[in-house]
Amino acid sequence: MSMVQGLIGKKLGMTRIFTPSGESVPVTVIELGPCTVVQVKTEDRDGYNAVQLGFKPKKLTKLNKPMQGHFKKAGLDHGFYVLKEFKVDDPSAFSPGQVITLADLSLESGKKVKVTGKSKGRGFAGAIKRWGFKRQPMSHGAKQVHRKPGSSGASTFPGRVIKGKKMPGHYGNETVTIRNLSIVDVKPEKNVILVKGAVPGSVNSYVYVYFNT
Amino acid sequence: MIPVVREIENEYLRKDLPDFRPGDTVKVYFRIVEGEDKERTQVFQGVVIRKRGSGTGATFTVRKVSYGIGVERTFPLHSPRLEKIEVVKKGKVRRARLYYLRGRTGKAARIKERR
Repeated sequence: MSMVQGLIGKKLGMTRIFTPSGESVPVTVIELGPCTVVQVKTEDRDGYNAVQLGFKPKKLTKLNKPMQGHFKKAGLDHGFYVLKEFKVDDPSAFSPGQVITLADLSLESGKKVKVTGKSKGRGFAGAIKRWGFKRQPMSHGAKQVHRKPGSSGASTFPGRVIKGKKMPGHYGNETVTIRNLSIVDVKPEKNVILVKGAVPGSVNSYVYVYFNT
Repeated sequence: MIPVVREIENEYLRKDLPDFRPGDTVKVYFRIVEGEDKERTQVFQGVVIRKRGSGTGATFTVRKVSYGIGVERTFPLHSPRLEKIEVVKKGKVRRARLYYLRGRTGKAARIKERR
């Protein structure tokens, strides 16, 4: 069976586990699936091959009419909170209503994955937090400039601030992808995978896990 | 913390270790790796002055006075490298963090025994 190239998940939190030799590994716990196929997109009809997956059931009454129709077309009596398309090689292997769980995929520890999520919003952040600028002295005559970004460029020449100058502004709450995260453990009975390292977003936020890095 | 994360941590917790508290004198048998493929067990005996953290991240700190110099070592409570812990003496103390022992030596640093 051709495999779907990703699944929708939910970040549950971080912890650390020990390897048998005693090394401590930081891991992120991700609830991955089960996902339901809502729509199959084919080359002939849509120009590309993909499946649209749904995650976390949502009552039909909570959806608007167009969305209700979309889910009814797939033969479902409920909707989903999250929908996401994933590319597939062979769309004929999938049909609307089909449920894909972690057990259907041959995931093993050590496999590299790519995780996409929405990073934590930090609002209007200064140059120190946003770009990693150095702070200015807290004493020795420094007054009210401790966290300011400093100079934004030269004088009469060029007489302007160059484009792309790193400045304070809105930071976070954007889509971030982390590649090459390795799977530490797969627990199909709990629909959970453990991934080494951190993953974008806050706890309980939705993430997309791709198996083709 | 989310229950699922707790459950996963639970699988990695050590349940074979004896119950001990701050104030107890313990012997810690810790496996240390020396270079390539060489392992030996090191024994560290002293007073537990702190237990902190929960789940797999929990640690405890043992203090001893070695040749007149205070030595403190912090061990991960659930590490597989921890071979065993022996409780040598149970101590009776009235607080959870025994940092006051650092400023004391000799007779003043004694801890009453708990029975």
